[in-house]
Amino acid sequence: MMEKTCDIKRQPLLQVEHLRQYFPISRRHVVRAVEDVSFSVYPGETYGLVGESGSGKSTIGRTVIRLYRPTAGRILFDGKDISGAMDALTENDLRVQMQMIFQDPMACLNPRKKVGDIVAQGLDIHHMYASAGERAEKVARILRKVGLAPEYASRFPHQFSGGQRQRIGIARALVMQPKLIIADECISALDVSVQAQVINLMKEIQQETGNAYLFIAHDLSMVRYLSHRIGVLHMGYLVESGTAEEIFEQPVHPYTRSLLSAIPQPDPRAERRRRVLQYDYQTSGMDYQQGHCHKIGANHWVLATQEEYEMWMRQCSV
Amino acid sequence: MAKREKILEIRNLSISFATGEGILHAVRGVNLDVHRGETVAIVGESGSGKSVTARAAMGILAPNSHVDSGTMKFWYEEGTGDTRCRREADLLRMSERERRRAVNGRRIAMVFQDPMTSLDPTMAIGEQLMEGMRWHNRLSKAQARRKAVQLLELVGIPEGERRLKQYPHQFSGGQRQRIVIAMALACDPELLICDEPTTALDVTIQARILELIARLQKKLNLSVIYITHDLGVVAKVADFVHVMYAGKIVESGTAEEIFYDPRHPYTWGLLSAIPDLHEKGERLYTIPGTPPNLLHEILGDAFAPRNRYALKIDYRREPPMVRLSDTHSAATWLLDERAPHVELPAALRARIARMKQEGNVL
Repeated sequence: MMEKTCDIKRQPLLQVEHLRQYFPISRRHVVRAVEDVSFSVYPGETYGLVGESGSGKSTIGRTVIRLYRPTAGRILFDGKDISGAMDALTENDLRVQMQMIFQDPMACLNPRKKVGDIVAQGLDIHHMYASAGERAEKVARILRKVGLAPEYASRFPHQFSGGQRQRIGIARALVMQPKLIIADECISALDVSVQAQVINLMKEIQQETGNAYLFIAHDLSMVRYLSHRIGVLHMGYLVESGTAEEIFEQPVHPYTRSLLSAIPQPDPRAERRRRVLQYDYQTSGMDYQQGHCHKIGANHWVLATQEEYEMWMRQCSV
Repeated sequence: MAKREKILEIRNLSISFATGEGILHAVRGVNLDVHRGETVAIVGESGSGKSVTARAAMGILAPNSHVDSGTMKFWYEEGTGDTRCRREADLLRMSERERRRAVNGRRIAMVFQDPMTSLDPTMAIGEQLMEGMRWHNRLSKAQARRKAVQLLELVGIPEGERRLKQYPHQFSGGQRQRIVIAMALACDPELLICDEPTTALDVTIQARILELIARLQKKLNLSVIYITHDLGVVAKVADFVHVMYAGKIVESGTAEEIFYDPRHPYTWGLLSAIPDLHEKGERLYTIPGTPPNLLHEILGDAFAPRNRYALKIDYRREPPMVRLSDTHSAATWLLDERAPHVELPAALRARIARMKQEGNVL
């Protein structure tokens, strides 16, 4: 694994503090997608958010990039509060510094635009070039960086395979030279072998440009490869967070442990023997609302009540 | 091993599609056997022809498709009591009417990837469950209802009686897939085809669905064909594995043979691309390049341009399927006696050695 580039003493790039995101469905019914979630992402670091569908991981990504207005809590980017109204200058700056890569590479590329124009759209909006020549040069450079030929700029999205389209999505985010890229399930629509290509590419880019990722996914094995730290979400609560090693080697929360036990491995004998740990919140008698953060290591903590914490720690040491 | 009863035999199957840009050869000479009570997995990247093969068995190919050659024999029992007899049918040459009457839904059932698109959103799930039983098995409404409740219980959905009146949107993704499986089992089929049954689901739910199918399979003595690109899933469920690339089966064998003794470079690549939870590598292994365009004629081995170990002959002549054991065979020139000796990639060799060791310890 790559050396830890994050320095805890440095100021975090992104701070999410006690974020709540509720969606009113009707007068009586409110969906509580995110409940009191706090985490931070440091410059040059990858923070992985994992959880099953409906756990609120995509909602967090979308709130961070200001697609939703948070119900409660604060989001700080580079020390500035971005959760409420802001002046045009800050907003403009933010739209350069923070970019998003989406899940479905076909749905997020305008089929009527050429790849070159899709990639350069951000440059156009923010007037980030002096001449048409510079624009073309920037597009060509970024396409080469993601492993596509510069000639592809004049083609349309449908002429590419799934993996190539995801590269276009990455190029579009990268061309702005952002500090933070939010990648929302950006590999789950791809074949296993293509997933590996995209993950390698994202890792290379990070080593080169020092950008940070907020990597949202449900596939833990890929998250481990890319992330420095991982947060595990369940039903809107961040139940455990720690470095990739801590989460994988010493998972504490029963939900984390059941997630890890479900990762299929290419080993038929082991697979047949293995039983997946069952975890059912309803019958577990747990109430996430009662829990609070228990620190286990410098970066590692778990959401639990005092008794749960003691019980799990005993189970883990066995 | 008890005597195995063959229920499906595919020989030399070739299927092409007429597209705007020319003829696309999606399946190019596939041979495959399925025995009663066993699980066969077909693995490959998207576009390798794995779904097309399965769809041909169900007769649900797109209208622009054409079966160029091959046979697909299916054996089933018909009638009850004294008139009971074993029949043989070629699924590729059956009339639409005959297929609908005797095969689809009744003896071969299919589970698709996305449960939301295989359920009718405007119909209560009870009606959807009972439809097949009423039509194929001529059950009365009360009988069908009783069986529907049993089926829901079988797949792990309690309070069946109440839930029969509910609509698909009232269930979660995992529950919907369970309902689709219950529907597939409604007429006691002999063969279940699962086309990426868990790709749309989360890992924890995926594990539960796979365990459910395995349990039902044992209980009902079902044969199952899994179509997937995820080798982790294959390791969990399959007895036999066929690795498909560019419309051809390039390696087949038992799960143990494929995972512990892979011979085809493409299988090596697929196995290496899975992240290893025990090893912390700097980079993930990837197979370079992209699959070939099947609109063009393929000369030699289709995998050669992406193959680090490709020999000169790979670009000129197609490799034969070499038999390594009764169950294991692979199509690569590397197995030819004149070929240079090529070792497994080091990382994969280390991983297999570790897996074997762990397997022996326990």
